[in-house]
Amino acid sequence: MKATCWMGPQKMEVREVPDPQILNKRDAIVKITSTAICGSDLHLYNNFLPMMEPGDIMGHEFMGEVVEVGQGVNNLRVGDRIVVPFPIACGNCGACQAGATSLCENSNPNAYIAEKLMGHSPSGIFGYSHLTGGFAGGQAEYARVPFADVGHIKVPEGMTDEQVLFLSDILPTGYMGAEMCGIKPGDTVAVWGCGPVGQFAIASAYLLGAERVIAIDRFKYRLDMAREKAGAITINYEEVDSVPDVLKDLTAGRGPDHCIDAVGVEGHTHGVMYAHDRMKQMLRMQPDRPIALREAIFSCRNGGTVSVIGVYAGLIDKFPMNAVMNRSLTIKTGQCHVHRYLQPLLERIQRGEIDPTFVITHTMPLSQAPEGYKIFNNKEDHCEKIVLKA
Amino acid sequence: MGTSFEGVSTTAGADGGTAIMGTALGEQKRPRVSTTRPYQRLANEDRGTGGESLADFLGLFSIGLGMAQVLAPVTMSKICGIDDAEANRPVMRALGAREISHGIAILSKQQPEKAVWSRVAGDALDLALLGKVMANPQNHRGRTLFATANVLAVTALDVMCARQLSMQPKTIANAGADKGIIRTKRSITVNRPIEEVYGFWHNFENLPQFMRHLESVTVTGERTSHWKAKAPVGQSVEWDAETVEDRPNELISWRSTEGADIYNAGIVRFMPAPGGRGTEVRIDLEYDPPFGKLGSKVAMLWREEPGQQVQDDLRHFKQVMETGEIVLSDATKQRGPHPAQPDNKPVKL
Repeated sequence: MKATCWMGPQKMEVREVPDPQILNKRDAIVKITSTAICGSDLHLYNNFLPMMEPGDIMGHEFMGEVVEVGQGVNNLRVGDRIVVPFPIACGNCGACQAGATSLCENSNPNAYIAEKLMGHSPSGIFGYSHLTGGFAGGQAEYARVPFADVGHIKVPEGMTDEQVLFLSDILPTGYMGAEMCGIKPGDTVAVWGCGPVGQFAIASAYLLGAERVIAIDRFKYRLDMAREKAGAITINYEEVDSVPDVLKDLTAGRGPDHCIDAVGVEGHTHGVMYAHDRMKQMLRMQPDRPIALREAIFSCRNGGTVSVIGVYAGLIDKFPMNAVMNRSLTIKTGQCHVHRYLQPLLERIQRGEIDPTFVITHTMPLSQAPEGYKIFNNKEDHCEKIVLKA
Repeated sequence: MGTSFEGVSTTAGADGGTAIMGTALGEQKRPRVSTTRPYQRLANEDRGTGGESLADFLGLFSIGLGMAQVLAPVTMSKICGIDDAEANRPVMRALGAREISHGIAILSKQQPEKAVWSRVAGDALDLALLGKVMANPQNHRGRTLFATANVLAVTALDVMCARQLSMQPKTIANAGADKGIIRTKRSITVNRPIEEVYGFWHNFENLPQFMRHLESVTVTGERTSHWKAKAPVGQSVEWDAETVEDRPNELISWRSTEGADIYNAGIVRFMPAPGGRGTEVRIDLEYDPPFGKLGSKVAMLWREEPGQQVQDDLRHFKQVMETGEIVLSDATKQRGPHPAQPDNKPVKL
């Protein structure tokens, strides 16, 4: 089969590799129809996450048709059309039973490495480095889905791939980012980052009852989308002196009730602090540039919530703990527990409350994945979200 | 080594642990016995048995004395009764530097008993030098005698401390390390009822399902079993084992029988995890690896660090209990680095 392989930093290749096989009883093999490049794939592309090996198959947002089912899967049949959530979850461990599937205690075969870096291990993830298990990803013609009995949602008749594909990651991720805020009527929510996850966080904040959502980015086309499609008030941080000052002004001094960081390790800004972070990252003294996170903490109102859904890979510097502690902030975070959002969000799509297709700007064949990575990474051609057709 | 194991397995009686807890809390809010005792017990096991506080004192004393010798060599020489104190400055400084290095070695606690023995050797050198000082009629004999008496007193303390540190059983983690016996203990929480978890382990023939190095275990009698394990370079080793103790839903311990090629023993304890979280499983293993200490060092080069291997086995045990089998990925279904992409090779954990 053809698969998008990471061959080195900023080096993707579509290669011919062996077809996947059933390895565990609860596996299924899926013939992929649609898959997408995620913003977090760019962290791998740019080599900001550790433990990649040349030949690793990328991709954790995918859907397709079941072509083979392991003997331990009794709720799937060949021919079923399914969307696969990006965290791999067993459904049996304490974390899964509590609904925290991205913390599955059994699905990361390399948990011992993650434990050394992070204390404890999160779940396995498709196509997302060996730190999360070394699972082949879904930017390919076929993929093996472990724990397929738990890790799927069947697509109802009549729905297009584009309508449901983002249930695999970015829609639930954005939604969880907003849900973690505990939004109350009248609340103002600020969202850093207007990539696809940021767009869905904005839309979800409105779905959950936010009065106003303020979006922060530097690309005009992304801010336009946030304003026109998701309904946000927008701030281009390259055009203002201080984002926290603007937010303070927009909220008459209170600050946003909730701040969502949908940026993560590769934040940008201007000024001395940015140069400092950039330099430390280049020298491998600090893997992450926590610019959005610092601003979110600084901007948030007293007693408010900072919700972190942008991905962080390692240690950060200059973390404003004084603001967090003295101003009673709550930080909530996590890789999305996708499984628990599949059904409710599918229903919201069916009811027309949200149409996730608005983020798609590019559709291309799988064979053009390397080109897709390039334009998505460089924000060329007003690229917001790329769907690959296998 | 067998005796220490039995000691471990029979500490289940009431101890002081619970009495200390609970004083700040009302009767009904006090922690249950079963949740507090094991941790108390582990702490007792891990604790050293003496000599540490004296070693700390000697370490600080070394640094203090050494600093004095380095910073005020002339004064120190005079205290020792040396007449030409100025000429003795470099010697005194060198002795001071040595003293400081003893202190750092002791306080770093890497191998404190060796560090304290090194102090004893230093004392011998000091006494020899003081003897030489005394032989020179120009020096102040009285001061030298006083200094010698002090050094002798400290030497006595050093010897006492070094003997204490050398004789104690050390911590549980490195007990037997000198003989090459490896001892390791690990734990995991399994989200299944205790009867099921105990029951699975109770049938030793299930162990190879999650213990990577085991090829097979055959139950040969009520308390006896025959074990076959993989050894390096495609070899295998076999031995007979006997069940030492078996308390349903509580613990199982076993050990290789007399005359087995590879001495090994294990104890696994089961306890309900608090709040319906399943079962806490704690395993304590010891074995005498092939080729002793060298063998275990070589094995570590191949990522066979025993604690890590036991942890891997326990994680696989959890996977088998909770999901039915060991979870595989394309990259981890074989040994060694492999990209996350399918291949047609067989599974080799």
